[in-house]
Amino acid sequence: MMYFSRLKTMLILGACLLGAILCIPNLLPAPAAWVPWRTVHLGLDLRGGSYLLLEVDMKAVVKERLDNLVDAVRQALRPGSIFYQTLDAQPDQNRVLLRLRDATKLDAALAALKPLISTEGLTGTPDMDIASTPDGTITLTLSPVALNARAIGAVQQSIEIVRRRIDETGVVDPQITQQGNNRIVVQLPGIDDPDRIKQLLGKTAHMTFQLVDEAAIPNANSGTPPPPGVDYLPMQDNPNQKIAVRKRIDVDGGDLTDARAGTNGQTGEWVVNFTFNSIGGRRFADITQANVNHRFAIVLDGKVISAPVIREPITGGRGQISGNFTAASANDLAVLLRAGALPAPLTVVEERSVGPELGADSIRAGAISLGVGFALVIAFMAFFYGLFGWFANICLVVNLVLMLAIMSLLQATLTLPGMAGILLTLGMAVDANILINERIREEQRNGRPPLSALEHGFQRAYSTIFDSNATAFLAHVMLFVFGSGPVRGFAVTITVGIATSLFTAWMLTRLLVSRWYIATRPQLLPV
Amino acid sequence: MFIRPRLRLVPDNTRIHFMRGRFMGLLVSAILSTASVVLFFYPGLNLGIDFSGGIVMEVRTPGPADFAQIRTALASEHIPEQGVQRFGDPAEVLIRLGSQPTEAATQVAVTRVREALEKAVPGTKVLRTDAVGASVSAELFRNGLLALGISLVMILVYIWFRFEWQFAVGAVVTLILDVTKAIGFLALTRIEFDLVMVAAILTVLGYSTNDKVVVYDRVRENLRKYKSMPLRDLIDLSINETLNRTLGTSMTVFLASLPLALFGGQSISGFAWVMLFGIVVGTSSSIFIAAPILLFLGEHRLRRESKEAKPVAPS
Repeated sequence: MMYFSRLKTMLILGACLLGAILCIPNLLPAPAAWVPWRTVHLGLDLRGGSYLLLEVDMKAVVKERLDNLVDAVRQALRPGSIFYQTLDAQPDQNRVLLRLRDATKLDAALAALKPLISTEGLTGTPDMDIASTPDGTITLTLSPVALNARAIGAVQQSIEIVRRRIDETGVVDPQITQQGNNRIVVQLPGIDDPDRIKQLLGKTAHMTFQLVDEAAIPNANSGTPPPPGVDYLPMQDNPNQKIAVRKRIDVDGGDLTDARAGTNGQTGEWVVNFTFNSIGGRRFADITQANVNHRFAIVLDGKVISAPVIREPITGGRGQISGNFTAASANDLAVLLRAGALPAPLTVVEERSVGPELGADSIRAGAISLGVGFALVIAFMAFFYGLFGWFANICLVVNLVLMLAIMSLLQATLTLPGMAGILLTLGMAVDANILINERIREEQRNGRPPLSALEHGFQRAYSTIFDSNATAFLAHVMLFVFGSGPVRGFAVTITVGIATSLFTAWMLTRLLVSRWYIATRPQLLPV
Repeated sequence: MFIRPRLRLVPDNTRIHFMRGRFMGLLVSAILSTASVVLFFYPGLNLGIDFSGGIVMEVRTPGPADFAQIRTALASEHIPEQGVQRFGDPAEVLIRLGSQPTEAATQVAVTRVREALEKAVPGTKVLRTDAVGASVSAELFRNGLLALGISLVMILVYIWFRFEWQFAVGAVVTLILDVTKAIGFLALTRIEFDLVMVAAILTVLGYSTNDKVVVYDRVRENLRKYKSMPLRDLIDLSINETLNRTLGTSMTVFLASLPLALFGGQSISGFAWVMLFGIVVGTSSSIFIAAPILLFLGEHRLRRESKEAKPVAPS
């Protein structure tokens, strides 16, 4: 028990030294980019910044899918002249309901709809289920597997778009991660008023080019329902005024490759210049060629930015949007168009912002508490356990170093509750030493000679130390699994601290005591 | 100071008959826990926005804050505040808004408060904004309870596995009593109950279990060592033998938490007070609750196999 081979001694001391080396990056700036320089990150509550929790609107994802399906059904039935009474998307049931006018055409309709089924990814399961009743009612229900795949895709795509939009704003070192099924965590260091970013993220930015239905324009503001295939959409800068726009999307904003804010050379007003990819460019050319002297609506998220008259075919794949922009709004629109459209709207469901001053206050408060608490524990151990208390104190310092080292290696985040966790761990880490010291003392009182008392003391204390720490460890792992934000930081520091304190209590204390014993060979242990 | 210990917390070889006070201990604990449960329902916990949803903004005004002015400014903008109060420094103000009907409304409210303050008291800095929507707060609450519940079950299973079921039941019943008292303490002191408090309660749980395991571990060892000693004396002996350690560890954790309560700042001091309370409760419950429960449950069962065994002298 008290014998350490040279190799073992080296390993224990080596681990401590390695710990000290791993802490260095926290004190010095990285010397070069290629040196692995892992440090503990300060949490947003300490360095100041914003934490936003965004939720992807899954209902909108389903609804869009169903709307597309309705379009597809309409087009599939048109060639066979199959007429229907109703054709509705029913998002609550994830299905499209179709009622034929003539039930005898049921088989023809089913045959026409069959090609709409496609298989889903690797599993090869059909993405929808078509059912019918003899009275001519057909339902097309999306399969849960397909919906799930679509939801996963939507969240991943949203994360990508959110990242692009935030990168455009110049925030340094943003962190964007998925949480749960449909949430995205955005962490923005150094931003304490995330208003502009929330605005940028709050827009889907789905831009489309649709033809204006000039015949229906006079009725657009009359309150009557629009004719089939036409929508009355509000103007962006005057929501009360509506304009008749054909439902058919001629060119989609997804085909844009670039968008930049600029000024119009003649009028001097702010505009957004955009460039299409080859598909978008060709379609744009075709449409403009066929509709010279007609009006064309540029629609963003269901609002018409502008509806200019096409003066000549635009064949170069480039265009310009004007619409009473200011420098800032033209720039924001360019950013949104460049980054691409979100597959579904995002809502901010949780926001936590901390200004830099408060963060600095918290660091100071945490550091003072840590210093005072550390000093109190050291004084207590020295007072009540003498030399063996100092052994514990050495272990305590090493413990702190090792905790910092592991947290650096994990690149863990240090939060204010995390600092509290460090302090508590230090208080609890000496528990192992107290158990050992008390046990050795007891064994000596029971009449054992020093070496035997040490042997038995360590051995018997060990099982107690293990059992008592295991339960605390379990409780904090649960906290990590179910906690969020700063509380997770607390759980990380405590679980790491429990692990390192087991090492220092079991290995380092024993090594120190054994070296001391060999050097002094005391007749009586001063415990 | 450097070689020999200067002080002992309690003298060696104490022979205190803790088990004589077992009914008293259980009675006091039952009364306190019942009172805590009553406090939990009336007046109830002071739920922080993590769990109630809503908005909290901490702002610093250029001069000493004029609370009436801020209230008027918010009222004139029709922002229904639930509290404008001093927060530490006289220039620091905490503004609270209740849960908003929708997530979007929450975001709008944050912006409106900022604008109203900027208009009424120019130069006001927003130090902190926390806005939690209703769906998130419900989820956080559920997760907090889950963490607590699963921790208790895991502790139960672990102790059962390593000891006997009597030990596990004793520990978990005691822990539940400890947790109710901590909740009573929170209700009484009106400390805001938020996620950090769940962390505090779980830490108290971890600490308290740790303490019980040490006493139980000694009971288990003594059961093997003194085969004929009555369980009651054996538990007393075990508590006495571990008394220095029990008090020593409580002291170090107490000393580590104390500076947090005093200097840790508004957001962490509540956590530290719960810890300090929990240490006192957890330490005393190891002796006066967990041990008596073990005595009641184990009186005949823990000794069954050793009835005929001869007394064995301590080695």
